Amino acid sequence: MTDAALYRQGDPRLLGGRPHEGPASKRITTGYGFWIFLLSDIVMFSCFFAAYAVLLGQTADGPKGAELFDLKSVAAETALLLLSSFTCGLAMIAADVRNALWYQIGMAVTCLLGLGFLALEFREFAELVSRGAGPTRSAFLSAFFTLVGCHGAHVSAGILWLLTMMAQVFAKGFRADIMRRLLCFALFWHALDIIWVAIFSVVYLLGSAA
Amino acid sequence: MSDQHLHHTVDLAPGDEEEGRIGPRLLGYCVGFALAILLTATSFFIAGTDLVWQPSIPVAIIVLAIAQMGVHLVFFIHITTDPDNTNNILALAFGLLIVFLVVAGSLWIMANLNQNMPPMDQIMRMQR
Amino acid sequence: MLGKLTWAAIPFDQPIPLVTGAIVLVAILAVLAWVIIAGHLPYLWREWITSVDHKRIGVMYTLLASVMLLRGFSDAIMMRAQQAVAFHSQGYLPPEHYNQIFSAHGTIMIFFVAMPFVIGLMNLVVPLQLGVRDVAFPTLNSVGFWLTATGALLVNISLVVGEFARTGWLPYPPLSELTYSPGVGVDYYLWSLEISGVGTLVAGINLVTTVLKLRTKGMSYLRMPMFCWTTLASNLLIIAAFPILTATLAMLILDRYFGFHFFTNEAGGNVMMFMNLIWAWGHPEVYILVLPAFGIFSEVVSTFSGKPLFGYRSMVLATMAICIISFMVWLHHFFTMGAGPNVNAIFGIASMIIAVPTGVKIYNWLFTMYGGRIRFATPMMWSIGFMVTFILGGLTGVLVAVPPADFLLHNSMFLIAHFHNVIIGGVLFGAFAGYTYWFPKAFGFRLHEGWGKAAFWLWLVGFYVAFMPLYAVGFLGMTRRMQHYDVSEWRPWLLVAGVGAIIILAGIICQIVQLATSIRHREELRDVTGDPWDGRSLEWATASPPPVFNFAVMPDVEGEDAYWSIKLRAREQGLSREPDYKDIEMPRNSPTGFVCAFFATIMGFALIWHIWWMVVLGGIGAFATFVVFAWRDHDEYVIPAAEVARIDRLNREARRASLAGSAP
Repeated sequence: MTDAALYRQGDPRLLGGRPHEGPASKRITTGYGFWIFLLSDIVMFSCFFAAYAVLLGQTADGPKGAELFDLKSVAAETALLLLSSFTCGLAMIAADVRNALWYQIGMAVTCLLGLGFLALEFREFAELVSRGAGPTRSAFLSAFFTLVGCHGAHVSAGILWLLTMMAQVFAKGFRADIMRRLLCFALFWHALDIIWVAIFSVVYLLGSAA
Repeated sequence: MSDQHLHHTVDLAPGDEEEGRIGPRLLGYCVGFALAILLTATSFFIAGTDLVWQPSIPVAIIVLAIAQMGVHLVFFIHITTDPDNTNNILALAFGLLIVFLVVAGSLWIMANLNQNMPPMDQIMRMQR
Repeated sequence: MLGKLTWAAIPFDQPIPLVTGAIVLVAILAVLAWVIIAGHLPYLWREWITSVDHKRIGVMYTLLASVMLLRGFSDAIMMRAQQAVAFHSQGYLPPEHYNQIFSAHGTIMIFFVAMPFVIGLMNLVVPLQLGVRDVAFPTLNSVGFWLTATGALLVNISLVVGEFARTGWLPYPPLSELTYSPGVGVDYYLWSLEISGVGTLVAGINLVTTVLKLRTKGMSYLRMPMFCWTTLASNLLIIAAFPILTATLAMLILDRYFGFHFFTNEAGGNVMMFMNLIWAWGHPEVYILVLPAFGIFSEVVSTFSGKPLFGYRSMVLATMAICIISFMVWLHHFFTMGAGPNVNAIFGIASMIIAVPTGVKIYNWLFTMYGGRIRFATPMMWSIGFMVTFILGGLTGVLVAVPPADFLLHNSMFLIAHFHNVIIGGVLFGAFAGYTYWFPKAFGFRLHEGWGKAAFWLWLVGFYVAFMPLYAVGFLGMTRRMQHYDVSEWRPWLLVAGVGAIIILAGIICQIVQLATSIRHREELRDVTGDPWDGRSLEWATASPPPVFNFAVMPDVEGEDAYWSIKLRAREQGLSREPDYKDIEMPRNSPTGFVCAFFATIMGFALIWHIWWMVVLGGIGAFATFVVFAWRDHDEYVIPAAEVARIDRLNREARRASLAGSAP
């Protein structure tokens, strides 16, 4: 009996409701593999979040979050990163319709916004260190610098990747494998913004409200 | 609609959307961006304001954060409830389950441990 | 210039590591010299080192595991010997040396024997069982293997350059913090595992994507062989758990290198948080190891009983239940740390619940055997040995899952006996079963059956003689990791345990002899048809070894035990018509994995010894490798249809001959 007939009969041993057609396309396979990599990355961030939550009160008679956080700077970083997520999406649309000019513009703007985010964050860290509130001051500050710094490191890696993708499209055009890498890059960049939502909410806003 | 499912690919790559035309796609990103700005502004406002019942602020911020993550997932990453996306949602659900177990589990365990076996400097402080 | 590295790093004053290191170095140089002089280097480079073929990578993983088994077992023999003689005496190993040995033993056995063994077998077999040509990301597969090899290399370098950690296989703070472990030992551990952890994560992503997205036509989820289900569950756990290890070790690295305060005793650090996080990884880790072994047993028991696996769907449910519950029990590794009765009770109950799906699996294997025509070939012997041994180990596990009992038995020799019981009885016996079962598929000839059975019996008897006394001595109050002791009641048990280790050594020697003999007599042991065991799943449809493309035409699957129905039909009706051969595209080999690992080794070594300029260079090299890889224009090559036809016709001929020759 053919698979199609078995499915029509509602054979309970066939999950999913359709006959299995064979291996998925390269685009789906690559995208899915990167998706589960992202999930593993989110698990790693959740460990740093957990450590941060546990060590929140351990300021060792040193400065607390509320005394240190500059919410204006955080708001600016948030705006920059969110806008960069938006322009990244636009760049992807441009890539899908094979418009190289708008793609490069979109990616360049994304890059600048991302660099702006990093500049503000670096300034924040430098200022904290100069005030004696560096990561070696207390467990709370160690956790803060690690969590926020890990996100910043991911953004930095993302910028390197972004520049590589700009160069690849410039050199080789919108080849299928480059398009797959762009799909992964877009997922990465949006995921970083999602993690930033968690960071600014839990670390900065909750930290200041407390 | 059901005819389409018989003939096209079994599922979508995460991040891909079915929609091919530029117009609706641009609109999707703009709507998502606007919603995200709105949620962010609300979060910042609530954190600093006296107008809201104070104990509700942490809950409100968390809820707004989750909402904004949802906005990102739907409008930027194009996760939908379409059957083509089922695999991607299952993976996401698994990841979220693990995150919940690790974070909630660690917080619960560490709270209990800190209560019964405080870290050294807290013991020293108690002895002073 | 060279950071902390000086000539004093070489242990000129310690004869054992010095002599061992010298012997190993000479051996490696001799092998290298032979390879180069005999002209094998181009072959090795082209066919193995740069290979992205899952079969080759699987073999290399297994080879790494086997070699590291010898190193880890040497550590074990040294420990047993020390404990046999160190009664009212310091023995022959001073504490600082002994502590490194048990730390290295555990680290190597878990990370560089058990993990590579199961990952190697999964890599070799899963694409064949799924009816596809390779895993989802072949080049990434190569990267993963070589990064794992880098980790193993760094751990072994610590024997002769510097020292290893003295903290045990999990580096608990504050002992592992810089204040109490100022040397490079803990750093060797940390960087070795961070690097190989990336490799493992990559393997996890590869195998999950392969099982979920790459299956041949008709192979729906519930038609996959059981080994593929356990591969899925195990690799989902890898993806979920290894980031926790990465994060936790990173926090310790930050403490040691930059003076952070995650786990320090001052400035608010929380030592207990390390235990919590590391075991949140550590418990899923042991299920990562044992689930593939369960899968191997499902395959072996079903094949050698001549019956389909009993209760396939309940096995799938049990496997996924184990996968999820394994993330809910981790506190049972630190019941005694003081979380209190409520927390302990919840995790204790969960730890008992997780034994239930495993019990379901055991019953299913037994019911598979019941009514079957059992052939007691070596893989089946390992499976039966596993069933008896693992049940015992699992029961002692449920015993220590009871918090009040664990308060007495935590960190005693009882615990050591329990986890060796389940890891050796479960993971290692499974690995050996899989090794014997799939060896003909990988190499084209079977392993010598006589030596295999001898090895099995020596391992089985040796295991019981070595570890049952440890249960007793644990009840008598002996704690783990003792460099010397003065309690006379313990002595006889430890002497017996020492004898057990020697019996196991004999078993290992039998395995080495088995391999050498099998290679020498490979023509008599040749697997001509590709199906030496009368198997039921698709890997037995290919030649032994399979051609690089696995299947000339990807099969169309109609039920469980996909190959069995194909075979029955062939026996009744003869071979099916010759398929319509087409060109096949295969991924090109790539040095990316090897080169990436080369730079990772440099970076790791430089980070350990604080040679900062070397770290930067290594990092730039690794990034450059990625970019060069991303820049290549030709990632596939074509095998023309005529060549595919030629290769496949050879396999068809062999099968036709065996059908004609065999009595119906």
